[in-house]
Amino acid sequence: MKDNIVAWKNGVKDGVPILLGYFAVSFTFGIMAKNAGLTPFEAVFMSITNLTSAGQFAALGIISASSTYFEMAVTQFILNLRYCLMSCSISQKLDSQKNFWHRFLVAFGVTDEIFGVSVCKNGTLNPFYNYGLMSAAIPGWTLGTLLGVLSGSILPDRIISALSIAIYGMFLAVIIPPARGNKLLACIIMISMLMSLLFTKLSVFSWISGGFKIIILTVLIAGIAALLFPIKEENEEELTDFSEQSAQAAASRGGAK
Amino acid sequence: MSHNIYIYILVMAGVTYLIRLLPLTLIRKEIKNNYIKSFLYYVPFVTLAVMTFPAILDATANRWAALGGFIVAVLLAFRGQSLFKVSLLACLSVFVIELII
Repeated sequence: MKDNIVAWKNGVKDGVPILLGYFAVSFTFGIMAKNAGLTPFEAVFMSITNLTSAGQFAALGIISASSTYFEMAVTQFILNLRYCLMSCSISQKLDSQKNFWHRFLVAFGVTDEIFGVSVCKNGTLNPFYNYGLMSAAIPGWTLGTLLGVLSGSILPDRIISALSIAIYGMFLAVIIPPARGNKLLACIIMISMLMSLLFTKLSVFSWISGGFKIIILTVLIAGIAALLFPIKEENEEELTDFSEQSAQAAASRGGAK
Repeated sequence: MSHNIYIYILVMAGVTYLIRLLPLTLIRKEIKNNYIKSFLYYVPFVTLAVMTFPAILDATANRWAALGGFIVAVLLAFRGQSLFKVSLLACLSVFVIELII
């Protein structure tokens, strides 16, 4: 019991940077949600039930365009498929002594940032550590959303314009650091951006909605990349747990890359 | 055909939660298939890159300011700065550039 409280407190402490980052991004989300015609309650309800940055931003476009529920489901599935890998990783790190039901709560808080912080912990993972991270991150995400919707119209246009780039800044901060010193990853990122530009500019592709553009390009580029360049351990700076596993696998194969 | 916003939200919440929950509860063993592992590894990079560019250029009121913010964000991210710092300084550069232009 005492261990759980200590783990929870550590989680809250480590969660503060996540809280600040989420606040800035969700504030922008709130502004964009308001522009997309959502009420404050709808925007906060979406944030508290989803807790996913890219998925929620994409959802606004789908709702504005009044696309089908099916397109919404497929877009969320593709955009958030990465959580699947993260959950796999966390499932192998979670303390197996703890009750099985903890996994249902931990699952709710699997985001890029919470995953990144929690899998870097040494040893097994106490679910209460994740609850600590969530206790900091979720209020940051929902409060930022609320304030964004409410004050979006009060803030001057200049500030709104400046804040609108925050989410993209965060995305770049997620994908670029692992690409340093990894030419393959850097190439894949550049090809993705180039293809995205082509899809946006060429009239041949103009009938494809934004959501499906992301789906098609992701499946295509990640699918081909996985075929041509199966991952090696040094690619996985970000996914610590998996790199350990790959390193073990490599060791068991006699150290072959 | 009009759509209910709460059904949209529940659809996305349901899909997203299941993606997070199923591996945690069902798959207790390590994923062995290297193709699936590789595909899942590349997904966030491709998805986020596709979402960022060229959409970032239309995000702000002025396209040159957005380009400036984009360059600042790439440089800071390349130097390994935190999410918070990269985001905030990209915003700040957009603000300053729009002030000048």
